[in-house]
Amino acid sequence: MASKALYSQRDPALKKRDDFEDVLEERRNSSDLRYALRCYTPVLYKGMTPCKASMLKTIVLQSEQLHYVVNQVSKETGEAMDIIQEEAAGILEEMAHRLQLSTIRFFAFTLSKAFKALFQGVRVNEEGIQRLQQAIQEYPVVLLPSHRSYIDFLIMSYILYTYDLALPVIAAGMDFLGMKFIGEMLRMSGAFFIRRSFGGDKLYWAVFSEYVKTMLRNGYAPIEFFLEGTRSRTCKSLTPKLGLLNIVMEPFFKGEVFDVSLVPISISYERILEETLYARELLGVPKPKESTSGLLKARRILSEDYGSIHVYFGHPVSVRTLAQGRINRSHYNLIPRHIPRRPSEETQSFVNDTAYRLVRQQEENMVLRPWVLIATVLLQNLDGLDSALLTEQVAWLRDVARSFGAFLDWPDHEPLSKVVSSSLALHHGLVCVAGGRVTLAQETQELSSPEEALFNRAVTVLSVASYRNQILHVFVRPALVAVAMQAAATTRKDDVYGFFSFIRNVFSNEFILCPGAAVQDFEEACYLLMKCGAVQILKQDIAVTDRGQPVLSFLNGMLEPFLQGYQMVCRYFCEEASEGVSERQYVPAVRSFAAKCILSDSLKCYEALSSDLQKNALAALLRMNALKKVKVADQVTLKVNKMAVQTLEDTLGGKVPVQKPVLARL
Amino acid sequence: MASNGSSSERQRVAQHRLRIIAGHLQKDEDREATRIAAHACKAKATDTDEAITRRVPRKRQEVMKWNGWGYSDSRFLFNKKGEAEFTGKRYRLSGLILPSLKDWFEGTFGASLQYKTPATTNLNTSAVPPPFLNEAFVQDLKATEIPFSLEAEDRVFRSHGHCLHEIFALRDGKFGRAPDMVVWPNCHDDVVKIVELACQHDVCLIPYGGGTSVSSALECPPEETRSVISLDTSQMNRILWIDEKNLTARIEAGIIGQDLERLLNKSGYCTGHEPDSMEFSSLGGWVATRASGMKKNIYGNIEDLVVQVKMVTPRGVIEKSCLGPRTSTGPDVHHFILGSEGTLGVVTEVTMKIRPLPEYQKYGSVVFPNFEQGVACLREVAKHRCAPASIRLMDNEQFHFGHALKPQVSSIFTSFLDGLKKFYITKFKGFDPHRLCVATLLFEGDRERVLQHEKQVYDIASKFGGLAAGEDNGQRGYMLTFVIAYLRDLGMDYSVIGESFETSVPWDRVLDLCRNVKERIVRECKERGVQFSPLSTCRVTQTYDAGACVYFYFAFNYRGLGDPIHVYEQVEHAAREEILANGGSLSHHHGVGKLRKPWMRDAVSGVGMGMLRAVKEYVDPKNIFGNRNLL
Repeated sequence: MASKALYSQRDPALKKRDDFEDVLEERRNSSDLRYALRCYTPVLYKGMTPCKASMLKTIVLQSEQLHYVVNQVSKETGEAMDIIQEEAAGILEEMAHRLQLSTIRFFAFTLSKAFKALFQGVRVNEEGIQRLQQAIQEYPVVLLPSHRSYIDFLIMSYILYTYDLALPVIAAGMDFLGMKFIGEMLRMSGAFFIRRSFGGDKLYWAVFSEYVKTMLRNGYAPIEFFLEGTRSRTCKSLTPKLGLLNIVMEPFFKGEVFDVSLVPISISYERILEETLYARELLGVPKPKESTSGLLKARRILSEDYGSIHVYFGHPVSVRTLAQGRINRSHYNLIPRHIPRRPSEETQSFVNDTAYRLVRQQEENMVLRPWVLIATVLLQNLDGLDSALLTEQVAWLRDVARSFGAFLDWPDHEPLSKVVSSSLALHHGLVCVAGGRVTLAQETQELSSPEEALFNRAVTVLSVASYRNQILHVFVRPALVAVAMQAAATTRKDDVYGFFSFIRNVFSNEFILCPGAAVQDFEEACYLLMKCGAVQILKQDIAVTDRGQPVLSFLNGMLEPFLQGYQMVCRYFCEEASEGVSERQYVPAVRSFAAKCILSDSLKCYEALSSDLQKNALAALLRMNALKKVKVADQVTLKVNKMAVQTLEDTLGGKVPVQKPVLARL
Repeated sequence: MASNGSSSERQRVAQHRLRIIAGHLQKDEDREATRIAAHACKAKATDTDEAITRRVPRKRQEVMKWNGWGYSDSRFLFNKKGEAEFTGKRYRLSGLILPSLKDWFEGTFGASLQYKTPATTNLNTSAVPPPFLNEAFVQDLKATEIPFSLEAEDRVFRSHGHCLHEIFALRDGKFGRAPDMVVWPNCHDDVVKIVELACQHDVCLIPYGGGTSVSSALECPPEETRSVISLDTSQMNRILWIDEKNLTARIEAGIIGQDLERLLNKSGYCTGHEPDSMEFSSLGGWVATRASGMKKNIYGNIEDLVVQVKMVTPRGVIEKSCLGPRTSTGPDVHHFILGSEGTLGVVTEVTMKIRPLPEYQKYGSVVFPNFEQGVACLREVAKHRCAPASIRLMDNEQFHFGHALKPQVSSIFTSFLDGLKKFYITKFKGFDPHRLCVATLLFEGDRERVLQHEKQVYDIASKFGGLAAGEDNGQRGYMLTFVIAYLRDLGMDYSVIGESFETSVPWDRVLDLCRNVKERIVRECKERGVQFSPLSTCRVTQTYDAGACVYFYFAFNYRGLGDPIHVYEQVEHAAREEILANGGSLSHHHGVGKLRKPWMRDAVSGVGMGMLRAVKEYVDPKNIFGNRNLL
C-alpha cells in the first residue's frame, strides 16, 4: 500500500523530541528597541537569484506560463490580450506582498511589547531552528505551521527574525485586507493575499500559482502557508487543503528545482486568544469581520494571562525523498512545461498523502499542557468532580497519554495538586472551583431563558472541548478500536476490524485519518493498547485485560460526544428533514433540532451543537451516499436516503452489526 | 575556393597544413603558433612516412596500454618534486610541467600523493581463462588464411571498452570473460567468409573497431556458452577511392579517425568528423553507435555524413543500390545499421561525404559571468543558426579544471599578462571567479568568412555579458578533451575514479538538467558514504535547433570505501535516472550498449522495442552477433 512507507511502526513514546528555549526571556532583560534595530543578516538559499519584490511582479507578468493563459483566456472571451494582461497585473497588484525590513523591525518592537504582556513565554526548539537554517541554505523551503490563531504568522515571522533566519512570505486570506491599515502593514511584513475562492477563474489561478512558484524557484524567501487553510476553531487539525501544496511541489516535479523542503511547524497555545470567540462562532454567532477597530477593541485581552506558547519546528521533509518511486517526473517531458496541466491521479494521491503526513507531524509535535488533560477529564464528568479525584484521574491520564506518545510539557518538579490548581487558575473563565469541587463555569443569571442558559453552557463546553481536542490525535486510533470492541459482536480480530474500519470511515472528516491507511491505523492502535496493558492480542482475538477496562471506557468516553452528535444528525434527517432540506438551511436547522433535543433531555451532548461537527457529519453522510446533493435552479437541496441514514444511526448506536467487510490483509 | 578542385591549389593548402602540424610537433619556436590547427591538440604521427598507412598494428598492446587509455608512452605522473607532467612526445602537452595540477587535484578530491593505488604493471597471462574453441570453426578459418590469434594478450585487449569498471578491473589484474579468439579480416570478402563460417559452426561474433566504447558494449556476455570470436576490423583501413566530383570517398570501416583525416588531408580533403575519441575510434564504430563529431555544426553527425554503407549480416550483405543524396524508399534502411551496436552485422565499407580542407581555422573563447548567461548565449547562437564549427560551454568547475592544466609559462611577461587578464575579468568586470564560466569556440572556413562569423558570435555573446578571452583559452579547452582520458588513469593511481556521460535535452531544460544532475551526484555520493566531495561538472558540447548535448564529468576519491566500483555504478545509475526525469535522452552519442539497456524500453516504448527485435530476429535469428547490446 502506498502510504505504508509514510508511517513507521516504531514506538511513538520513544520519539525523541527537542528541548525548548524561551525567546521572550532575553526580551525581558534587554532593550526591545535595540533588538528591533539590530543588524539582521540571515543565511540565504545558495541558489538564490537576488531580486526585489517589485522585480518579482515583472518576472511573473512576463512569464511564459502567464502569457499562455492570457492568450487562452483572450481566445475564449474574445477580449484583447492587453486587456487580459492588464487584468492579470491588477490581480497581482492586489495579491503581491511588499516585504520590507523596516516594517518587520516595527513589528519586532511592538510584538515584543505585546507578547511580553500576553504570554509567560514563547518557547522554541532551537535544534529545529538549526535544522531549518541548514535547510534554507540548501533548497527552497516551505514553512507549514499549524493554524489555531490569528497571531500564528506574526509569531512565525517574529521567531525567524529573532533567530536571524530568512523572513517568509505568507499566503494570507483576502479578508485581512478588510483591515485598512493593518492589511497594508501585513503586506509589508511579507503577507500576500489570496481570495478565498476562485474556483473557475483560470487567470487568477495562473497569476497566483506563477507568483508562488516564481518565489520558490528563485529562492526569494521561504514560503509559508497553512495546510489547514483556515484557523481551526475546534483546535482539532483540519483536513489539509491541497491547492497550495500542489503549487509548491510542482517546480520539483518539473525539475525546475532539485528539491523542496517542507517544514511542519506546530504552534501550541496554552490558552488561545480567540477561545470563546471560536465557541460562539461554532454556535452560530457570526465571526466578527476583520477590522482595525475590532482589533483595537480587543486590546483588553492585553491585560489577561495567556500562559505560554510552544513552537516546534519539525524535521524538514524532502519532497524528492517522498516522491521517490511514487512520481514519474518524466511524465512532464513531452509537453512544454509552461502549459498548465491538471495533476495526474498519481500526483494527486501523492500530494494528498503528503499533506496528511505533514498534518500528522504537526499534531505529533504539538505540546500538550496539563490543562489539556484536565479538560479531557472534566468533559467526561460534566457535572463536576471532587478536586482530589480530578487530580488523581489527571495523574492516571498523564501516564496513559505518555505511554501513547503524547508530547506533554509537564512540570515534573511541582506537586501534582499545584499543577492542577495553577492550570485551573489560568483558565478561570472556564472552570470554577468551589467547596473542593471542580465544575465547568456556569453563568448564574437566574433570569435567562432556558435557550440562553443552554447557549451559555454550550459556549463553556465547546471552549473546554477545544482543549480536549488538542490531545485527540493521541487517542483517536485506540479510541476507535475501543469503540469497535464494544460494538463488535465478538472479540474476534476481524469483527473488531470490521467495525473499526466502518467507524473510521464515518469519522474521516472529523479526525486526521489518512485515506487508505485503515490497516496501519488499526495495527498502530492495537499496538498501543497492548503496550499499555489494556488488551492482549491473541492469534484471532483481542481480549480485554482487567487493567484495561478503565482505559477502554475512558477511550469510549472520548468519542462519545462525536458518536452522539452524528446520531443526532442522522435523527434529524430521519425525523425532520426526510423530505430533504436546502444545503444553506442545514446548519441552522440541525442546530435548533439539537437544541430541542437537549432541552427535552433526549440528548446530553452539548458538542452536538457545534457547526463543525454538523458539517463533518454532513460530509460523511454525503460520502457514504446516505445523502445526495440535488441542484434545482440555484439551490442545492440535500436528498435523504432514509434507509441508509437510519441504518447508519442504528449502527452508530450499536443496534445493528456492521456489514462485515472481509479483509484479506488481516 | 578550393571546391573548384584545382589540384595545385589543394596541394598548396595541404602543404601549408602539414607545415603547421610539423611546426607544432617541434614545439614551435616560430610564432606561427597563433594560427593553430585543430589537430595540434591531438597526438601526431611520429613518422611522416606516407607509405605507412597501417597505423593500428594487430598487436595493439605493443603501442597502447593494456589497462589504461591511449599510447603506452603517454601518461600523466607526479614527478619526484610532486609536479605533474605528461610524458612522451606525441601531444602538445607532452614533456611539459603542469604546475597547478597537483594543487587542483588535491584540493578538488582531497587526494594525497602519499596515498597511491598503482595498477598491476604486467598482464598475468596465466590468470586469463584458456580459450574455449570451436575446433571445426578454427579448422575452416585456417583454410581461409585469415590471420587470427589465441594469445591471452590479444584476447584480453579486446575483452573490454573504456568504462570505469572495465579499466578498474584490469588495473586490479582481474579478467572477466574474454573472447576466445581474435580474427583480423583484411577486406570485405574476408568478413563475408568469417560470418558464413560463424553461421555454419554457430559461434558468437563480436565486432571490434577502436575499442573506445564506454557502454559496456564490448564485454562478452557472461552467459554466452558458444565460442566467442572478436572480429577486429583494424586491418581494413584503406581509402578505396575519392570522388572529387561528388565529394565522396569510399572507405573501409576499420580505419581510425586520425588516419582517415590524415590520409584525406594529403589529398586536400577532410570528413570533418571529429569525435573526441577520433585518435582511436573507427569509422565502423561511428556508424554502429551513431557517433557525433565536435565540428558537426559544419559537417554534420555521422548519419549526415554517410551516403552508403555495406554491412555483412548472417542473412547476407545489405547495401543500397545507388549513391543518391536522398531517397524516398520507405524507412531508411541505413537507420537499422546506424546505431545497431554490432548486434546485426559488421560494417565493412562506407561511402562518406568529404569536404575540401578549410583555408583557415581560428580558436576563440568567451567568458560569461555565470553558466545561466552562457547557456542563454548558446541558445541564441543556435537560434540564429550561426554556431561556429564547434562551440562548447564549460561550467565553473570545468573552467578551473582547464586552468589546472596550464603548462608552466615560459616568461615573466606571459604570467604578468595572465595576471592582468584575471584582474580585468574578476575585479574590473566584477565576475565572480566561483561563478564565471567559459565558452570555447572553433571557427573554420575561408578567412574572411571566419572573421565575419567570429564577429557575429562575439556580438551575440556580448549581449549576454560575455567577454572575449582569447584563442589560447579556447584551444586549451579542446585539449582537455584529448587528455581527459589520460587524466583518469592518473586519478586512478591516487584513489580517484571517474567517468563521463552525456545526454541531449531541449533548450528550456538545459539549466535545470545540469543543476539537478550535478546536485544528484553530490547527494548520492554523500548518501553512499563517499568521504570526499565529488567532482561533478558539466559542459554543453553541441547545439541544435531544438536542444543541446550536455556532457558530464564525475569523479571522486574512494578512500575508505569497501567497493568503490559498486558505489560508482549506483551513483551513475542515479544520475542517469535524474537525466531521464529531467527530459534528457538516454544517450546523445555514446550509445546504449549493455550499460544503459535497462532504460531502453522506456526510451523507445514497447512497440519500438518490438520493431527492433523483429529486425534482429530476421537478420540474425541464431544470434551470431551475440554481444547482447541494445535489446
